[in-house]
Amino acid sequence: MMDISKNFFEFIGLPVSFDIDQSELADRSRELQKKLHPDRYAHLSDREQRMSVQYMSFLNEGVATLRSPLLRAQYLLLLQGIDTESESSTPIAPMFLMQQMELRERLEEIPDQDDPYAELEDLLAEVEGMLKALREQFAQDYQEGALTAATETVRKMQFLEKLVVEIERLEDRLDG
Amino acid sequence: MAYSEKVIDHYENPRNVGKMNDKDTSVGTGMVGAPACGDVMRLQIKVSDDGIIEDAKFKTYGCGSAIASSSLITEWVKGMSLEEASELKNTAIAEELALPPVKIHCSVLAEDAIKAAVADYKEKKSK
Repeated sequence: MMDISKNFFEFIGLPVSFDIDQSELADRSRELQKKLHPDRYAHLSDREQRMSVQYMSFLNEGVATLRSPLLRAQYLLLLQGIDTESESSTPIAPMFLMQQMELRERLEEIPDQDDPYAELEDLLAEVEGMLKALREQFAQDYQEGALTAATETVRKMQFLEKLVVEIERLEDRLDG
Repeated sequence: MAYSEKVIDHYENPRNVGKMNDKDTSVGTGMVGAPACGDVMRLQIKVSDDGIIEDAKFKTYGCGSAIASSSLITEWVKGMSLEEASELKNTAIAEELALPPVKIHCSVLAEDAIKAAVADYKEKKSK
């Protein structure tokens, strides 16, 4: 029987780690989807059918969480009792904030540039590069059990992921 | 989400948007961020020799409530002493703008920003 009191990693059958094999995640999720599909429970009792729906939604949430590096990192911290998603104002390194401000100012000025698409592409590449470095940093922090450092790294990822959303939004606006 | 009229007013016509010279010793800069939503806020004050805030500027990258909170606070602090400004509470901002509970943190950010600006100014002066 499935157990939804397990964490997503255990439920899906992957080691609790930041570095996960995405193709393994896809395989495991397909297997479980087949196994848990409500159609297979159609002939069973109401209770079992309800359970199946519950498993499916737990599985879908789990797969979405483990697939995204940011959600996965946040979830690993949550398993350690650290919630980085509901913090309001947290002291952030001034240099990092300054950099975030500058990146956002740069994004704001892009529509007025001669070649906004090229500028946007450059900015996105730069931000993606920063995110990649932060993901590597998080993997290392987490593995070493340096949870304070890992938490700071996730907070930085949250700022940059938000910036990526803003970049994509501007891209849509330029296209539209 | 439904924003209050005051939030929309500040969002559409933000007061005191801009930047002051960081190097100026009469200027204090507060920079804060809310990682959960990725909002970044810069709030600057220009202080007279007798400790009165003569001018305030802000720049906020964030949601309407964060922009409105910082816009409102720049209006409020002008003419205040440093002490009065540091005593401003986020609850007053939240009340004035009728912020819903999920947006209270935006007013907290503005309170933190003014405190950080005052602290930065004092630190500059003590050097």
